[in-house]
Amino acid sequence: MAKMKGAIVVNTERCKGCSLCVVACPLDIIALADKKVNRRGYRFVEQTNPDACTGCTSCAIVCPDGCITVYRKKMDN
Amino acid sequence: MENIISPENIVYQKPKLLNDTDMHYCPGCSHGVVHKLIAEVIEELGAEEKAVGVSPVGCAVFAYKYIDIDWQEAAHGRAPAIATAIKRLWPDHLVFTYQGDGDLACIGTAETIHALNRGENIAIIFINNAIYGMTGGQMAPTTLMGMKTATCPYGRQADLHGYPLKITEIAAQLEGTCYVTRQSVHSVAAIRKAKRAIRQAFENSINRRGSSLVEIVSTCSSGWKKTPVEANEWMTDKMFDFYHVGDLKNTVED
Ligand SMILES: Cc1ncc(C[n+]2csc(CCOP(=O)(O)OP(=O)(O)O)c2C)c(N)n1
Ligand code: SF4
Ligand SMILES: [Mg+2]
Repeated sequence: MAKMKGAIVVNTERCKGCSLCVVACPLDIIALADKKVNRRGYRFVEQTNPDACTGCTSCAIVCPDGCITVYRKKMDN
Repeated sequence: MENIISPENIVYQKPKLLNDTDMHYCPGCSHGVVHKLIAEVIEELGAEEKAVGVSPVGCAVFAYKYIDIDWQEAAHGRAPAIATAIKRLWPDHLVFTYQGDGDLACIGTAETIHALNRGENIAIIFINNAIYGMTGGQMAPTTLMGMKTATCPYGRQADLHGYPLKITEIAAQLEGTCYVTRQSVHSVAAIRKAKRAIRQAFENSINRRGSSLVEIVSTCSSGWKKTPVEANEWMTDKMFDFYHVGDLKNTVED
């Protein structure tokens, strides 16, 4: 059956680490990066389990700074 | 993975009108979400060349730096008066104001009510975070009873501070308004609804149907001294009890 696979790309320099995407993700696969900050001193977010992403766009919709681009593709296997 | 990350698979990205300038808002601030929605709606309406925003005094004072349309900065609270002039001179333009609760419901109460009562063909986007965010979290007319702020550290009390002002309920009573609604942007579902409301208000301005007011019940995590996630929880828990979300008036048949 065709399965939806997703991927996100976070603009880590724009991210302020507010974590609203962390709680919005229904699969709970986004987290603040450990001991890493961007040029403005903010901890930014990363996907912890990219393989699980379905590309539902929840994280990107709630992001106040428009930091997340979401990709989605139908996979055949 | 790599073959998913390719332009033809994009299902969500920052609207182009929201430029790459870093926004100065605190992490998680509702202002950012609403800026994004405004940019998306203007793009979807194809109104890039005929949209004029009027920015306030308050945290959104620099809104004009982030959304690439024409803007006019207003003196504190006077945005609806400026928008009135712009719309009367350019009747086919989409003219909207973007104002906080201190700007709209305190120093600018007169301009707000009279512009709405005259039925000016403008849209007002009203960010109600129940506080003066920019100046350090002072009490606003919209501050909830019992809510602690820098200027009511023991909580708002009726005998000392009076009662919170529901401008949106007042606006719904005015003949000049065609669309009055209260929304929020704390969840995916709420953001989708708020976007539809902003779109309708903007269409009303373009089509000269009267005044529209879209209140967005918002957070100010810095002023409220909470994390962004806690601020959203506090808002749904406390603010929604007093500021009921939903349409208050809609005279426009779609
Ligand atoms: C004439 C005048 N009076 C007072 C101020 C101080 N001041 C700046 S912003 C503001 C209120 C901001 O609150 P709000 O409109 O709710 O915006 P927020 O920052 O919460 O988004 C005040 C009183 C000013 N700049 N000009
Ligand atoms: S002070 Fe409050 S309203 Fe202003 S940017 Fe920060 S969180 Fe937003
Ligand atoms: Mg405010």
